Amino acid sequence: MAEALAKISQVQDWGMIQIRADLARAGDAIAGAAGVALPEQGRITTDGSRSLGWMSPDELLLILPRAETAEALAALQDALATEHALALDVSDMRAVFRIQGARALDVLMKLCPTDLAAMPEDGLRRTRAAQVACGIWREPGGYVLIGFRSVTDYLRGILTGAAAPGTQLSPR
Amino acid sequence: MLTLTCPYCGVAAEETELQPGGEAHLKRFGPGSSDAEFEAYLFARKNPKGVHFERWRHAYGCGKWFMAARDTATLQVFGTYSAQTPHPTPEIVAAVQAVRPDWQPDWTPATAETPAESLNA
Amino acid sequence: MTQTGPFRLPRGGRLIDRAYQLPFRFDGRQMRGVAGDTLASALLANGQLMMGRSFKYHRPRGPIASGAEEPNALLGLGQGGRFEPNQRATTTPLVGGMATTSQNCWPSLNADIGAINNWMYRFFPAGFYYKTFMHPRPFWKHVFEPIIRRSAGLGKAPTEADPDKYEQAYAHVDVVVVGGGIAGLTAARDAGREGKSVWLVEQTPHFGGRTPTDHAEGQARVDALLAELRGMANVTLRRSTQATGLYDHGYLLVRESLADHDPNAGIPRQRLWRLRAGHVIVATGALERPLSFAGNDVPGVILASAVRDYIDNYGVAPGRRIVVVTNNDDAYRTALVALDAGLEVAVVIDARSTAEGALPAAVRARGVRVLTGCAVAGIKGGQAVEAVKICAHSGSGQVTETVDADCVAMSGGWSPVVHLWSHCGGKLNWSDAQSMFAPDPNRPPTGADGKAMASCVGAAAGDLLVSELTGAQAEAATMPVWVMPAHATRKMKFKMWLDFQNDVKVSDVELAAQEGYHSVEHTKRYTTLGMATDQGKVSNINGLAVLSNALNQPIPATGTTTFRPPYTPLTLGTIAGEARGEIFQPLRKTPMHGWHEAQGAFFEPVGHWRRPYCYPKGGESHGDAVAREIRAVRASVGTLDASTLGKIIVKGPDAGKFLDMMYTGMMSTLPVGKCRYGLICNENGFLIDDGVAARLSEDTWLVHTTTGGADRMHGHFEDWLQCEWWDWKVWTANVTEQWAQVAVVGPKARVLLERLGGQIDLSPEALPFMGWIEGEIAGIPARVYRISFSGELSFEVAVPANRGLELWEKLHEAGRDLNITPYGTEAMHVMRAEKGFIMIGDETDGTVIPQDLGMSWAISKKKTDYIGKRAQERSFMTDPGRWKLVGLESLDGRVLPDGVYAVDQGVNANGQRKVQGRVTSTYMSPTLDRPIAMGLVRQGPDRMGEVLEFPVAGQESYKARIVDPVFYDKEGSRANG
Ligand SMILES: [Zn+2]
Repeated sequence: MAEALAKISQVQDWGMIQIRADLARAGDAIAGAAGVALPEQGRITTDGSRSLGWMSPDELLLILPRAETAEALAALQDALATEHALALDVSDMRAVFRIQGARALDVLMKLCPTDLAAMPEDGLRRTRAAQVACGIWREPGGYVLIGFRSVTDYLRGILTGAAAPGTQLSPR
Repeated sequence: MLTLTCPYCGVAAEETELQPGGEAHLKRFGPGSSDAEFEAYLFARKNPKGVHFERWRHAYGCGKWFMAARDTATLQVFGTYSAQTPHPTPEIVAAVQAVRPDWQPDWTPATAETPAESLNA
Repeated sequence: MTQTGPFRLPRGGRLIDRAYQLPFRFDGRQMRGVAGDTLASALLANGQLMMGRSFKYHRPRGPIASGAEEPNALLGLGQGGRFEPNQRATTTPLVGGMATTSQNCWPSLNADIGAINNWMYRFFPAGFYYKTFMHPRPFWKHVFEPIIRRSAGLGKAPTEADPDKYEQAYAHVDVVVVGGGIAGLTAARDAGREGKSVWLVEQTPHFGGRTPTDHAEGQARVDALLAELRGMANVTLRRSTQATGLYDHGYLLVRESLADHDPNAGIPRQRLWRLRAGHVIVATGALERPLSFAGNDVPGVILASAVRDYIDNYGVAPGRRIVVVTNNDDAYRTALVALDAGLEVAVVIDARSTAEGALPAAVRARGVRVLTGCAVAGIKGGQAVEAVKICAHSGSGQVTETVDADCVAMSGGWSPVVHLWSHCGGKLNWSDAQSMFAPDPNRPPTGADGKAMASCVGAAAGDLLVSELTGAQAEAATMPVWVMPAHATRKMKFKMWLDFQNDVKVSDVELAAQEGYHSVEHTKRYTTLGMATDQGKVSNINGLAVLSNALNQPIPATGTTTFRPPYTPLTLGTIAGEARGEIFQPLRKTPMHGWHEAQGAFFEPVGHWRRPYCYPKGGESHGDAVAREIRAVRASVGTLDASTLGKIIVKGPDAGKFLDMMYTGMMSTLPVGKCRYGLICNENGFLIDDGVAARLSEDTWLVHTTTGGADRMHGHFEDWLQCEWWDWKVWTANVTEQWAQVAVVGPKARVLLERLGGQIDLSPEALPFMGWIEGEIAGIPARVYRISFSGELSFEVAVPANRGLELWEKLHEAGRDLNITPYGTEAMHVMRAEKGFIMIGDETDGTVIPQDLGMSWAISKKKTDYIGKRAQERSFMTDPGRWKLVGLESLDGRVLPDGVYAVDQGVNANGQRKVQGRVTSTYMSPTLDRPIAMGLVRQGPDRMGEVLEFPVAGQESYKARIVDPVFYDKEGSRANG
């Protein structure tokens, strides 16, 4: 039997902080406290082990090693103390999957109604995977997909199903 | 199945990523309004065959509500724009009229013509 | 003769490989075909011309086509879960070992009892069912319907689950070319040269379409195009891939066959592509039309193009002595192909008065007789063609000659395949010159930009010869022939089939016109013309031409019926895609889900969540389990997994003002550290959600919603913030899944929690009822809300989701000697009902306002506005006659059925008994050991003590007394422990 189209693995040790603020006003303060540059619309910036994703015109998602979450949250809240802003630890409400391999895009093309091939290298796309909401960005060798915790099993099911051996999308 | 571009994140989203929200630019009538006003606010909808302004939410995306101007018969999209406006923007009106020259807004646009009028006066 | 059937020709067969023989079974008989055969070509090779029976008259039927348009040769394929009815033999690739069965016949294909209908055709005219079975009425149910149900329908639906897998995929492509014939290949090459991303999809396993068979050097022309296309990285070619429908904004559904030919490949059988095409090029070719002459449905009467397909593509002779009947030059190609294959062409019957083009000349040169100005008067033969009766076309059918033959190749002209063009609004023009509807390039289907989203090329565009690409010479015009001969008698028209599968004949359409069916859409439904599984691909144009003639109007005045997707039927499996079994739907699971499963919990769906309904122990019934859980909670302590409750953070300088608009009550005045129950209504005034809000800090609230309401309420908040009060400074965040939440409930709840230890003071002084506190329990950071939905002393403990299971397990470990009991949603429901608390979805149904529920206490009198306030002032809402919440006490100890209505005196305008209330919640209370119920009753609270009657069919009426809805602990002292 051929190999799966991509290796699907769950990431357990990432922390995530949701930030809502007027990015035009508070962007620099957030970037400073987060230690990552402010992303443009639809992009994600990365610096070392931290990434900062653009989720909406007034929402960012900081992704970082879980152990650093509490400290980073405090730093953000401190930096945003004088702003009308919201910073929350949302690490526990997420499920994170890696889709790694040469045919990782095939797997996502079966689930997302989105032109991911056309997504910029540093793009972050919020869309749906089959019936649930998700966010997707690239990493070396594949993609990262984040979704909600309660549907972890569902996400694993649709991802491994879409990656089933012998189901590549190229014409036969 | 429609594709609409969310003006907040620039994403061309297909209908399954969006949540429909009915007619755009309804003026809310609350306590103190007459029965007729309140009835119109709650129930009276234009439902035109042709140019229409609608609310859509980029639900499987940035989560923002936005407005779309489109033709309900041909499904042509004239544009999408911010939800934070009481009426379609002048750019949207221009985009509609470029294709439907006979179409006229049914509201009084707060136009840039006011200074010109005052000049005449 | 070869081993693959007596009708396999010794040579030829472009698409087959004679080296690979494939055994298969048809109705239990062993047969052999070869690789590359379709089921139809293999059956024909074996001399099996008859492949089915028609729908109404059970007439014997052979194939009339060689492709997707086939109406007759429908078979049942496979066995068990893989059985599939109504599969077209003409498009089904032959697979070794295939088991196939004929349909719509009993006891056998050759001796079908239903064919008796055939002798009664005069009694089954158009609209027969509508006219006949109306009276007498009882006959319908007891006589007609059972007979019709037994004999109706084609293949039988499979009874087992489909074992195959299916999948879907999305792609965004600049240009999708549909159809891999020479026009499609050329269009794909041109788009490919422009550097666009291009897909070309071809429904059959082969590229080239008709060109290799119909045109000299055709294969070479196709091969040259394919070679160039295969060298283009931006071009994707997909065979066995059927475009089924074109929808709004370039949305194109395409089914790719992956393992239809190999069920054991271990991969999905089919894939449904959901394409977004920048532009669709329709290169779908054209379909040949039958001719309407008497006996045109006898097996062996085959479309001329299909006859040459079987010969040229598969090396199969549909007959050995062929008569060609035509109204155009193209059918002469069939005569030439047949002659080349060594078959006899008895005669060519051409309705036109002259036939002088290159093709007729070539046929004459081979010594074949060509009879111009002639027609077929009738076919001799029942289950197969025996002879053809010939007459003058201009007459009424006097037979001038009878010619022996075993196959009739007929051609009534060609119709462009305009389905995709028309699905989304492309318009057609009638061409008198070519007797066909062709796409009007000036009225295309339009996309989001208002411009054409599709265009047609080649035969689909009406350019039937595509001379520029095929090198074909010009041909003489097709003569419109809708009935043959022109003045056929009424009796002949009874034998002229338009829709072969549904048995609709020229006489039926003429009768419909005579009876006043002037609209083509009405005629279609009245006669069932074009409503068979082939959706009228070969019958529609002929049918509407006959209708036009009967109505004495030109064909464009009649118009066409609507072209609707799918072009060919889609297996339901492809539409479901991956959504089957475990991943049919996303099942939302709490952090403690695994624990509940291990304890044998019985789950119930709440939205997409699965929540424990109860935890039955050792053979216990659900009812007994619920009762045990309730008694344990009220006696000592229990735990409920409340993680599913919605949790929304609302923060900002305007958060209080905003929440005052969202809730009927006042949230801005809630002190930090306190909780308040609140109601949320929509702008119509109706109650849509409820829950407890806690003020976390000066500018931050945490709002709890119902389990099903989290996403909805978050969306509701964002809607008002984004679209109405966008200048208010408020942020919201739906953090439902960040927290695991456990309700620890019962008189021993505090004792238990204190055992877990931690830096948190749970004393009544530090944490009074409707207060909340933050700290640590059992080493886990926690927020504790002292709120109660059961009436008992109750703490709702929220911890980060990743630590929810740890907290839950520690509680159960520490509470063992307290008989700690996990309880489910049903126990929760019963306990809240004992306390008279409402439940969204039970006491509310989208038409209930808080005032109906006696909840005016939760509506602020001071506020000038909130969402729903104006609506609640409408006269209908303030009508004292509204149905309002009360308790109901069963008089005879029986539990009232849920949802039953209380009757009133008199009847309404429809003669129905008037009603005055209904039951909204009803349970056997284990606490009180008697039935309790709540309901909405007209002016209920003013009618305490009155007895209502609830009739139930087949039972003695229930009677219940109106009482206070709070059944248990009216003083509310238990919540204090
Ligand atoms: Zn968006």
